[in-house]
Amino acid sequence: MTLVKTTYNRRSFLKSTALAGGGMVLGFSWLASCKPSAEEVLAMPKEWFDINGFLKIGENGVVTIMSPNPEIGQNVKTAMPMIVAEELDVDWKKVIVEQAPLNTDIFTRQLAGGSQSIRQGWQGLRMAGATARRMLMEAAAKQWGVPVEELTTEAGVISHKNSGKTAGYGEVASAAAGIPVPEEVELKDVKDFRIIGTPRKNVDGKKLYTGQPLFGLDIQREGMLIAMIEHPPAFGMKVKSVDDSAARAMSGVKDVFTINSLPEGIEKQWSDTNAFPELVVVVAESTWQAMKAKKALRIEWERTGDAESTAGHAAKLDELIAKAPAEPARKDGDPEAAFKNAAKVIERTYSAPFLAHNTMEPMNFFAHVTDEKAELVGPIQTPEFLEKTISAVTGLPLEKIHIDMTRMGGGFGRRLYGHFGVEAAVISQKVKAPVKLVYTRDDDMTQGTYRPGYKVLYRAALDENNNLIAFHVRGAGTHGSPIFANRFPAGAVDNYLAEEHSLDSNISTGAWRAPRSNFIAGAEQAFLDEVAEAAGKDPIDFRLELFDRAIKNPVGKDNDYDAERYAGVLKLVKEKAGWGKDMPGVGRGVSAYFCHNSYVAQVVDVATDGGSPRVKKVWCAVDCGIVVNPEGAINQIEGGIVDGIGHAMYSAMTFKEGKPEQSNFDKYRLIRINEAPAEIETHFVESDIDPTGLGEPSLPPVIGALANALYKATGKRVYDQPFAMGSAVLG
Amino acid sequence: MATFNLNINGKKQQVDVDADTPLLWVLRDHVNLVGTKYGCGINQCGACTVHLNGVAMRSCMLPISQVGEQAVTTIEGLSENGDHPVQKAWIEHDVAQCGYCQAGQIMNAAALLKNSPNPSDEEIEGAMAGNICRCGTYVRIKAAIKTAAAG
Ligand code: FES
Ligand code: FES
Repeated sequence: MTLVKTTYNRRSFLKSTALAGGGMVLGFSWLASCKPSAEEVLAMPKEWFDINGFLKIGENGVVTIMSPNPEIGQNVKTAMPMIVAEELDVDWKKVIVEQAPLNTDIFTRQLAGGSQSIRQGWQGLRMAGATARRMLMEAAAKQWGVPVEELTTEAGVISHKNSGKTAGYGEVASAAAGIPVPEEVELKDVKDFRIIGTPRKNVDGKKLYTGQPLFGLDIQREGMLIAMIEHPPAFGMKVKSVDDSAARAMSGVKDVFTINSLPEGIEKQWSDTNAFPELVVVVAESTWQAMKAKKALRIEWERTGDAESTAGHAAKLDELIAKAPAEPARKDGDPEAAFKNAAKVIERTYSAPFLAHNTMEPMNFFAHVTDEKAELVGPIQTPEFLEKTISAVTGLPLEKIHIDMTRMGGGFGRRLYGHFGVEAAVISQKVKAPVKLVYTRDDDMTQGTYRPGYKVLYRAALDENNNLIAFHVRGAGTHGSPIFANRFPAGAVDNYLAEEHSLDSNISTGAWRAPRSNFIAGAEQAFLDEVAEAAGKDPIDFRLELFDRAIKNPVGKDNDYDAERYAGVLKLVKEKAGWGKDMPGVGRGVSAYFCHNSYVAQVVDVATDGGSPRVKKVWCAVDCGIVVNPEGAINQIEGGIVDGIGHAMYSAMTFKEGKPEQSNFDKYRLIRINEAPAEIETHFVESDIDPTGLGEPSLPPVIGALANALYKATGKRVYDQPFAMGSAVLG
Repeated sequence: MATFNLNINGKKQQVDVDADTPLLWVLRDHVNLVGTKYGCGINQCGACTVHLNGVAMRSCMLPISQVGEQAVTTIEGLSENGDHPVQKAWIEHDVAQCGYCQAGQIMNAAALLKNSPNPSDEEIEGAMAGNICRCGTYVRIKAAIKTAAAG
């Protein structure tokens, strides 16, 4: 057992009070229409006792656990409450999960991003459960007149061995609510976990599969109007004039106007990235009427900035890659001399296009702003920042703004940038009515906030014994370079040079699932494959040699990875995939990568079967510390793999005269079921290290393993994503 | 605006909407059945799949004037208690990530199994290729369809 002080976010525990009268204070009214199905029905308690901000217990032992962080499909709504339930020591079947609203008094970091929800929530969630358990035990001890140390718990029941007394949590919940919050609590040993580490199904599964309203777009309210927007058709443009006469004459249209959702002088947050704060707005009674009116608008646009194009970007990135920046991001040894004296130098460049996030549920938000308060409901990864900007824009104080997070139809980083929430608030304030803002797919895909386009140059020097003696990477990208200077192979090579360039652009970019890594891993791991080949070494042995160097005698300081864990996943995938065996008709590629504090190695098998190549199977080894929910974890890993393969093979966002050339799924190609791997096999490194990221780490390396497998299957190296574009072989 | 008599999930409903309103938006905005999703609006993603007389159909470009009193089944009406073999298989395989595409996937899979109770891999891929899952749950979708077929 580990004893921890309960000082962590103490505010939430100080609020411990009995909540009388069965008052369910949380939950959205529009969810009340959800009809639970037979097996889901837990006998509802007559009374709830609020033990702390994370949970309340009914007199019948049913527990409600709040899931603090936004759910974007990463399955934290199941995993985070599992952690609370573990330390509370309750039967998972007796648990109801509710999405918490934004509440900075109780919760910290209510944000979905960087694969950090579980990692950063871990301690607080455990403490919430453990504190509640302790208070329940103290209440029972007091009732029975026995020392609390003599009590044990299991699955929601407190027992006193000597007297044979037992009590369910529900029986002592009322008394527990009045117990002072303990100064210290015991946390379970990893070996005593009963819920963490066991597969649990998505808590929203049944609701999703019966079509119940869970998403922002599903919100319906009395008197609610639908708002739609029209943003400029190209970056570097703004509204000049609007002729709304035709639109206004259409059925159901309530109003047409122009807004600026980010006026000059307001305090902005990092999440306020928005290329188009000025919008033309149509407000109508229904979605279809708004859509039609949108098409009837006659808007004149004017150019205010450069008209960028994909060809122009490529030329500028080439220019940057050709020259050294003033200062390197990192330099070890004397790379220049090493390259000069090398027996062999390998040099390659790699590129990737802009990508749209394309969450399946387009951007939307509900807002009802009055003179007194604002209520917002919708899909947002950064509610805390959204609240601040809404306060700045509407003039309402933070405490008058309430934000409920809905389940999100995908995030991938897109909903970190909550301009749509701000826009909904501004529109509602203007029309003085509850409003649901809805983006069409076209509005969504052409709005910006893209994964930047990238280009990178790699050089490697081998000596006459085929040892890697120098490594050079020079990366350039829109709004930031694709470089992590202190990550592998930094630390494993005597002479190392990392350089970065950034290209300015009026096309907005943002974090897209595994930012930077989503490009670096594919390029670096494909390059290492070529270097291994040039050195005449097996690609796994070659990497293990480098990790060995980084373990035994690391070069330089600040190396930002654990070479042993890196090597660990590579060895695990090697064993599981049966690396080295002959597989006729199959091209195999390997990769290993570290990001979001987790380690992943993959083997990809590509078969051509006489037609275009198809990924037959992916083996994946993961070290993410303790796996909270293996079922959800494996699903995330599979999703990252399909996502990585799909975008690397098929997807691109291109521009002409500042205009996105793809605006819907007819032109923007996403991977489909007939292109997805037939099989994915995932293995976890057994670990009792605190959990690390999982929503992102499986995506980056698969691009490298795929490129390497395509080479083995087709004899051709691929350097420029999307691999299938313009390739008759891969298409 | 015009009045339409509809037959949705076995229930007669009357709506007053523009005649060109797609079935998708009638369902979502006018009869409060929001399980059918909007993904693209141009027949490309399958999120809006419903059954029309038992046949899988995208609803985002289907004007309500063409629906008439044909039987429309949405995800909400696929089964009484959410216990259609496909829905059960989806739970068993814990298919969803964000879950947004899954109503469309389930509706399409249910229609596939009605026509072809034991589909091959190729048949599954052929029938389901019109349904995008941005989260990449394809491996599980295929496994769940096979479970539903076997069960
Ligand atoms: S919304 Fe109908 S196919 Fe995409
Ligand atoms: S589960 Fe998210 S789009 Fe399919």
